[in-house]
Amino acid sequence: MVMTPEVLTLSETPWLFTGVMLGKIIVAFVGTLLIVAYATYAERKIIGRMQTRMGPNMTGPKGLLQPIADGLKLFFKEDIIPSQAHYLAFILAPMMILAPAFISIAVIPFGGDLHFTYDGTLYEVPLQITDLNIGVLFIVAMAGLGVYGIVLAGLASNSKYSLLGGIRSTAQMISYELAAGLSIVAIFMLSETLSMRGIVQAQQLPIWGIESLSFLPNWYIFTQPLAFGLFVIGSMAEINRTPFDLPEAETELVSGFCTEYSAMKYALFFMAEYANMITVSAIAATLFLGGWGGPFFGWINFLIKVFAFMFFFIWIRATFPRLRYDQLMFLGWKVLLPLSLANIVITGIAILLW
Amino acid sequence: MEAILFYITAAVAILSALFVTQCRNPVNSALNLITTFLCLAVFYVMLEAPFMAAIQIMVYAGAIMVLIIFVIMLLNLGLAVKSRYSHGLAGGGFVAALVLLVTSHFVGTGVATGTGGEITSEVIASYGHTELIGRAMFVDFLLPFEIASILLLVAIVGAVVLSKRKV
Repeated sequence: MVMTPEVLTLSETPWLFTGVMLGKIIVAFVGTLLIVAYATYAERKIIGRMQTRMGPNMTGPKGLLQPIADGLKLFFKEDIIPSQAHYLAFILAPMMILAPAFISIAVIPFGGDLHFTYDGTLYEVPLQITDLNIGVLFIVAMAGLGVYGIVLAGLASNSKYSLLGGIRSTAQMISYELAAGLSIVAIFMLSETLSMRGIVQAQQLPIWGIESLSFLPNWYIFTQPLAFGLFVIGSMAEINRTPFDLPEAETELVSGFCTEYSAMKYALFFMAEYANMITVSAIAATLFLGGWGGPFFGWINFLIKVFAFMFFFIWIRATFPRLRYDQLMFLGWKVLLPLSLANIVITGIAILLW
Repeated sequence: MEAILFYITAAVAILSALFVTQCRNPVNSALNLITTFLCLAVFYVMLEAPFMAAIQIMVYAGAIMVLIIFVIMLLNLGLAVKSRYSHGLAGGGFVAALVLLVTSHFVGTGVATGTGGEITSEVIASYGHTELIGRAMFVDFLLPFEIASILLLVAIVGAVVLSKRKV
């Protein structure tokens, strides 16, 4: 007997719906936190190996307990607030940088549908916290809010180094947000939907609708290689990863926007950096690499893609030196922005012709 | 449920808007203005206009306010604004009263709440909000849209010419 699966709704099955929803939120949140903790370890270990060092190897077997030790250390440090700082904004800044990084996870589908039977009815649970019909725009909006944490940290610390970091990050994030956002527009034009789930489903068809090529999935990286490159570079600059880490710039600005921070607030900035890295990897995997589609079981595919992206970001950090400020602005406004606009025009013409 | 959420958000929106005008420190004013914009985005979601909500956050909270804060940082306005400004209070009050009249008229006809007029909740549910806005902008109101784009282009070119000594 084949039953059509029911979708859980708040009005018909309130308790089951709430339970499943809370379960999904807890799984996504705890999973992200765990990946954040071990991303710090992976980064130190991988960069260590790339620079022929050992990386952390003393705390626990192969240094595996290092993130926990770091977290505990930062948690018990004294929390210093400079006397000349803007008190409220100084406390608010780490929260305002961490919250948008985690909120974006809510619209990312991390697996296909899950089916289960309860009380004789077959229910269908999409592995995604919520499927907004403007999912991609929501992510772009939240990425835009992420800049406030850095700006406020720079402004509230009342320190020259922090202020310079804050000013740099405002200019940088505004310029690269544009290129990253415009590169996604070409994806909407192909998928004709703004929902993340819809975009993943559109990528599960055979490539360019040719049946004989059905071994290749219709991932948008094949159709939109330029948009993929623009998105990766733009979002790397937006989350201040290394070739674009001018707001932090240890060699020039001590520690940039977070110079005056200590203890858990400082740890929150670091968590936000890695959470942003996970979010951007997850978005790139969803928009360009077919989300949860692939040879293995749903969420395993997704995690493999996310980890591959994170390895790529860490690899870039070990490879490239920091850009100069004028190079950064040149790349953002004179290279990436015209390219992303041209990509939209070309995609539009291609859609009209075929 | 939705009514409770509305009243809470409305209270936050009005209070933060009041603080925008009352704060002595421009940074605090800017933060309050961001809060107001976020509350407006919540209202758009409640009015079944999720696209407008996303655009509200992207454009106003994400871009314009960042620029305003950038200016505050560059000019280092810190605590420069010491005295309270009271000029223009009467004008502002008059405009606010006028806007209240017009909006109450709109809400009364049901056009703004989706209960009357052409675009009802059912139409939004069947077409999708993003598509409706796209149609309105690129089919029904194409000419005003293009005129606005040309105006913006002129403004951009003008800004570049004014700020550069040598073009």
